[in-house]
Amino acid sequence: MRHLLTTTDLPRETVTALLDTAEALKQALLGREVRKLPTLRGRTVVTLFYENSTRTRASFEIAGKWMSADVVNISASGSSVAKGESLRDTALTLAAMGADCVVIRHPASGAAHRLASWVSTHVINAGDGTHQHPTQALLDAATLRERLGTLNGRIVTIVGDVLHSRVARSNIELLITLGARIHLVAPPTLLPWGVQNWGKGPNREERGWPVTVGHDLDTALPGTDAVMMLRVQAERMHGGFFPSAREYSISYGLTEARLRLLPEHAVVLHPGPMLRGMEIAHSVVDSPRAAIAEQVRNGVHVRMAVLYHLLAAQEEQA
Amino acid sequence: MSSPSGTGAVGEAGSPRQRELLSAAEVARIIARMAHQVIERTAPEPVMLIGIPTRGVPLARRLADRIREFGGTRPSVGILDVTLYRDDLRRRPTRPLQATELPAHGLDDALVVLVDDVLYSGRTVAAALDALREYGRPRAVQLAVLVDRGHRELPIRADYVGKNLPTSRNEEVGVLLIETDGTDAVMIRRSQR
Repeated sequence: MRHLLTTTDLPRETVTALLDTAEALKQALLGREVRKLPTLRGRTVVTLFYENSTRTRASFEIAGKWMSADVVNISASGSSVAKGESLRDTALTLAAMGADCVVIRHPASGAAHRLASWVSTHVINAGDGTHQHPTQALLDAATLRERLGTLNGRIVTIVGDVLHSRVARSNIELLITLGARIHLVAPPTLLPWGVQNWGKGPNREERGWPVTVGHDLDTALPGTDAVMMLRVQAERMHGGFFPSAREYSISYGLTEARLRLLPEHAVVLHPGPMLRGMEIAHSVVDSPRAAIAEQVRNGVHVRMAVLYHLLAAQEEQA
Repeated sequence: MSSPSGTGAVGEAGSPRQRELLSAAEVARIIARMAHQVIERTAPEPVMLIGIPTRGVPLARRLADRIREFGGTRPSVGILDVTLYRDDLRRRPTRPLQATELPAHGLDDALVVLVDDVLYSGRTVAAALDALREYGRPRAVQLAVLVDRGHRELPIRADYVGKNLPTSRNEEVGVLLIETDGTDAVMIRRSQR
């Protein structure tokens, strides 16, 4: 594997190998006083963030440092980007300094792909616009695998702002690859056009079940194995997608009453940052059904696994 | 997973390219003898047998069973995956990681015996020594291997050797164990390369 740009074309074996590595790393570090592995000593990882982030950036930084890589953080504000330097020049500069891997977050969909065609370093997509966020999907899959045992045949309900969500896109593709069935629940205005065809495609049999869509959360919950709540991305909305925050919250928020509709084993996920009281109630976040803290914890191990697969092997001939 | 070409299953037995060096009965006898040697050298102090995946792990378990059977102090058994500590990661495609399970009471002040199937370059053992240090400070570390095939690249020697097998570098030694390969044997064949 040279880059991690999208979950769409990740073969099932690669996904399973990454998740297995993450699990082994988690276990290898369990109960250790010194959480430091020498594996990536002398390798340099640059995080290049053109959008705000707390967990993804910190998670990549910790993942790199726990494996002894040197991690350099660059954010658009406070760098030459603010002076008008282009993405390409910034990337070439970083590559010239000897970066082995660039982790990029950018508001434009496809930015990571472009970057990968310009530089010789490994590129990891840490979120590009409304397109993809592969490591988030991997950590969600790791968390679900841990809680549910397997994803094969499991029903995962994704609720909320699917239209603006790169997390949803990455998850839909990845979870289908792992054999899960995806049900989307959202107001019609927050569903992308043609979403019913996601998960289909020329090799539909291989790809698994097509995505199903509904607009009523109460009827969807009883049959679901996991529910993934999405944040309403006000920063990407320029127009009225729903009448009011209160109305959205009443129709699509995960309340304590709705939590009781879920089967006993069902898991609640949220990629964060959460708007408590909007899409998810306080008490739900703190309930044992919620795996939100586990998602964050697994995020570090999944990102370590990605760095391991990208940086700790013989370079593939491109 | 011992050394670059030191181990690994070597295909079906009986093909002309390879021959059996040790039979199942011989492997069993060798493990029994190694158990006696461990008891002789360490009793009455309890030992901790730590197997290096893949085939070091079943070997460590068998050795522990024999030691128990022959009246030695009951050894504890652990697994130590050394992949993350190897110095040759970037010379090969991605290596899958394996489980690490060490006894709950830790390694501090224990008499550790590392167990692996084939000793070749010594690099696996070097990585294991680095990895061990992260988990604690054993009183002493010894090394037990089923087969020593020579060609060391580092100043490392085993304390317990099941069988010395002088080999050429363009040969491959394969240890087969029931737990991992369905049969017990040690095979040798000429390398494909």
